[in-house]
Amino acid sequence: MSDVVIAVAGLTKRFGDTVAVEGLNFSVTRGTTAALLGGNGAGKTTTLAMLLGLLLPTAGEVHVLGADMRHHRHRVLPRMNFSSPYIDLPHRLTVRENLRVYGMLYGVPRLDLRIALLARDLQLEAFIDRRVGSLSAGQRTRVALAKALVNEPELLLLDEPTASLDPDTGDWVRGYLETYRTRTGASILMASHNMGEVERLCSDVLMMRQGHIVDRGSPQLLIDRYGRETLEEVFLDIARGTRRERAAQ
Amino acid sequence: MRLDLALRRIAAIVLRHLYLMRGSWPRALELVYWPTMTMIVWGFTTQFLNTNSSWVAQAAGVLIYAVLLWEIVLRSQFGVAFSFLEEMWSRNLGHLFVSPLTPIEWVLSLLAMSLIRVLFGVLPAALLAIPLYHYSVFDLGLPLLAFFAVLLVMGWAFGLAVVALILRKGLGAENFAWVAIFVLAPISGIYYPIAVLPGWLQTVAWSLPTSYVFEGMRAVLFQHTFRVDYLLIALALDAFYIGVGALLLLWSFRYARHTGALLQMGE
Repeated sequence: MSDVVIAVAGLTKRFGDTVAVEGLNFSVTRGTTAALLGGNGAGKTTTLAMLLGLLLPTAGEVHVLGADMRHHRHRVLPRMNFSSPYIDLPHRLTVRENLRVYGMLYGVPRLDLRIALLARDLQLEAFIDRRVGSLSAGQRTRVALAKALVNEPELLLLDEPTASLDPDTGDWVRGYLETYRTRTGASILMASHNMGEVERLCSDVLMMRQGHIVDRGSPQLLIDRYGRETLEEVFLDIARGTRRERAAQ
Repeated sequence: MRLDLALRRIAAIVLRHLYLMRGSWPRALELVYWPTMTMIVWGFTTQFLNTNSSWVAQAAGVLIYAVLLWEIVLRSQFGVAFSFLEEMWSRNLGHLFVSPLTPIEWVLSLLAMSLIRVLFGVLPAALLAIPLYHYSVFDLGLPLLAFFAVLLVMGWAFGLAVVALILRKGLGAENFAWVAIFVLAPISGIYYPIAVLPGWLQTVAWSLPTSYVFEGMRAVLFQHTFRVDYLLIALALDAFYIGVGALLLLWSFRYARHTGALLQMGE
């Protein structure tokens, strides 16, 4: 079994004359957590969409769990999952109904047991029979995470997993993701602009700006390379194209 | 691909819509409401015309049968479009299409939901016509099953084309979901023979499976003959139209994968 779960080569996406991402090359190794880090419009979500096969690249190749996502994504979709605060689950269905529907879509065996385990682990039991639309933002995030974990994926793609959450809930989600990765050996790739989250969870960071990967490395390596104290300062150097960035290059 | 898993995914989407109907009585009522109201209006019209029109009097119930059969096409198309729009309104398409659900399975789930919506909507109206007006569409016998199948498939074909248009153009094209099918109404000979249409329009009408059904229905009621030739032509036309509808949808789906529309679509 290959150690590389995501392999991207020359990945480019243009929408008409607009270049969303261009010439991306990177890989993600099994059992690690990596981050696409960048400001708004950097191309993080576009990259995730191409990794999922939801968006077709203009050029380049994407292989996930060994499958070419342009042509054979359905071979590996049962082994991966995705969560984003920008894509909802049906609001009028209860939490249990949503998990049942997605569990069936992912072909999860012993689904009732799986839902019960997720409800316990993610603390959904108190509202599992309430409609998703009636839940708070924090509760909905936990439900979205439960949906993303319903098939116990080998690869989890997360778009801003703690966006709009209060610090306590955000911390809880990060803790859960760490536990999940350690327990299952899964790989996680997240798009984020939350530096604390990335520093805590990720062993590899891909810094993106205007559709390009402008630097990469572990959080500490990047901090050292830029001579900064925190990843947030590194991010600002890169986002603003400061002299420190040019020197680091 | 394992057939049992494919069927389970189709069942998952059907279940998702059944949960929605179960949790919302106005949605369930809406399905029954319009076919029933239409049947009641045409029932009274039939009662009036029975004593004032020799044509209607020759075949009792012809107008009620016609309206009930038309409701099959209408509800079938709405059924496909509505199930799709529910996903758009709930901004759920992105989750669906990163799951193992294939586009073909998704189409089959839309068709299955359409069949459920047709049965749920039209059957009560057809049953209610029996005590109210003493006309039973079931008196058509086995031909009714053939008519039902042809009309259902034509509604599916139109529904898939409408979904393709919305996938391509976004919710700005939503209103087509409710009006597009009515282009068939004047040229399908629902309430009158195709022969009353102008010559050039008759050519158009005979290219639609619906025309063969309504002419076939009148043949059963007036001449007591089941036109097998009409059925065979209608089935062939159905195969053509459903093929076109499915191709349009798959083409639009691929287009949406180019534009990223599956991620962005919603209210």
